[in-house]
Amino acid sequence: MTLLTDAQQLAYANAQAADGRVNVELETDDGMTLNMGPQHPATHGTLRLVARLDGEQVISADVLCGYMHRGYEKLCEVRSYPQVTTLVNRIDWLGSFANEVPFILAAEQLMEIEAPDRAKWIRTILFELSRLANISLFIGDLALQLGAQTPAFLAFRDREFVLNQIESVTGGRFHPNFDRIGGLKDDLPKGWIADTKAAMVRIRDFCDLMDELVLGNEIFQMRMRGVGVIPADLALSYGLSGANLRGSGVDWDLRRDSNIGLAYDQVDFKVWTHPDGDSYARSWVRLQEVREATRIIDQLCDSMPGGAIMAKVPRIIKVPEGEAYVATENPLGEMGYYVVSKGDTGPFRVKIRSASFNNISIVPWLLKGVYVPDIIAILGSLYFILGDIDR
Amino acid sequence: MADDTTATEDAPAEEAPATDDAREAVLAELTEHLGDAVVDSLIKPGLGLWVRVATDAWTEAADVVRHKAGFRFFDFLSAIDWLPSPYGRYEDATVDIPWPPPMPDRSQAVPGYTGGDTRFQVLASVAKPGTALRILLKADLPDDDLRIGTWIRTYAGAAWHEREAHEMFGITFEGNPDLRHLYLPTEFEGHPLRKEFPLLARVVKPWPGIVDVEPMPGEDADDEAEGDEG
Repeated sequence: MTLLTDAQQLAYANAQAADGRVNVELETDDGMTLNMGPQHPATHGTLRLVARLDGEQVISADVLCGYMHRGYEKLCEVRSYPQVTTLVNRIDWLGSFANEVPFILAAEQLMEIEAPDRAKWIRTILFELSRLANISLFIGDLALQLGAQTPAFLAFRDREFVLNQIESVTGGRFHPNFDRIGGLKDDLPKGWIADTKAAMVRIRDFCDLMDELVLGNEIFQMRMRGVGVIPADLALSYGLSGANLRGSGVDWDLRRDSNIGLAYDQVDFKVWTHPDGDSYARSWVRLQEVREATRIIDQLCDSMPGGAIMAKVPRIIKVPEGEAYVATENPLGEMGYYVVSKGDTGPFRVKIRSASFNNISIVPWLLKGVYVPDIIAILGSLYFILGDIDR
Repeated sequence: MADDTTATEDAPAEEAPATDDAREAVLAELTEHLGDAVVDSLIKPGLGLWVRVATDAWTEAADVVRHKAGFRFFDFLSAIDWLPSPYGRYEDATVDIPWPPPMPDRSQAVPGYTGGDTRFQVLASVAKPGTALRILLKADLPDDDLRIGTWIRTYAGAAWHEREAHEMFGITFEGNPDLRHLYLPTEFEGHPLRKEFPLLARVVKPWPGIVDVEPMPGEDADDEAEGDEG
């Protein structure tokens, strides 16, 4: 076997052994260095934050990611198109169905096929259910990070209603792998629509509860208001998206403004923004998005068309040569796939644009000058999923 | 069910018009400010706008699209290696892949939309907030000199994307002071997203999934219905 040279093997072994070491000097002359992570409850996974402090104030902070980098862009190059969805499911693991959709839409755009109406409707419903599963946990988790235990349990309890609905369609609670080029794997089970509408009532109750218990809480407001303010122009320049952008007052939602291949143009919903740009604004926008998502699902359940769930698609999928970029408004923000096809059964190159990567790249700027307890509040309100950063 | 919230953009993908006035106007504006630096362009009506700019105008192009054309939202920045993989798709991969791999002929590196002359191209996307408009910018990178200007003065978010492109492709962004590894360990050698970098997981163990061809729903699974998992 002449696979790698000695030097390359050594480099690989070193790389494997070095994942605990970083090139950051931990001793400083003045002040101290605070190391958070890679395993810290406030980082939702293995994010490492190194902050230099002057007393209680942060002088500079650096984010070290990559502890969970799985090389999806490389792996996509050796997989066929249907095999990619099971992979990209794991990017944002709390809203996993939403990860599949933009990739499938990009492939459909290149193949110039369109899913039937019923498939579009179900896709949109599952997309919004992913948002519910994702963001309802966010609210509970945010409260947990600020020291309140109860909302986290309530969030886990009520998220079950959503997960049960996702499971009864797709068979998977967390990784559905349900979207197909040209449509969906299966139709809805009997009685599902009524169950979903009942679940939406529960989620709306949950929102009301969280409104009082978390966002209306005096301690919560003191911790979040005026903390971590992001100006709108800077948010755009960093590429922040989703509630982080709308929390800075930018009225832009891809669901409304560039809807491709989903049924958002058939429903009435409001895009919420908040002018403050602080941690509270971001959390507030997310809570409103949960409410809007339940409304979207209700409307789509009422107007569900009949018909096929799969367009006519060749058995072996070969995507014609071309390039496409499709982005959707995922729970965490804009997620998109730049797919380059060379006419093969698999993509030639896939660039994954994930929301959290851009959302978290503002952290070194944002943490300058804040106090240590605010780090937790800011990181919590930015809301990132590690898989979405590291891909 | 038309309503006032969907008034901004009337679903451009649905109609697929033969011409695309909004994107034509953006392209005209870019050409006006950048002149000859716009090497090539492509408009897919209702779907996208691709612009290839000259390598030395890369930084200037960022200024123009942000400050002149109003594309203030930074989407992503990455690169593409247009050479085919010397390992194919690892479908018959065994441990006997020779090293160094037999590199495909340089002439097989054929860039996609808007063409190009080089093996590597940088690719970036910017968007106009509140609309569906997006520009996909490309620039050639000379084979022997993978250097290009930085975007961090214009788009702050480009800093991490350039770090990623630097470690994954070995591209140097001149003017970016912080090109440390982002994902990879500091000691890591090589550039994983280059096509000649082997995917070790596939080399040491052949991929079994290639035999699983799942029949489509509604399709007759008469010929070899293997891999039909529910």
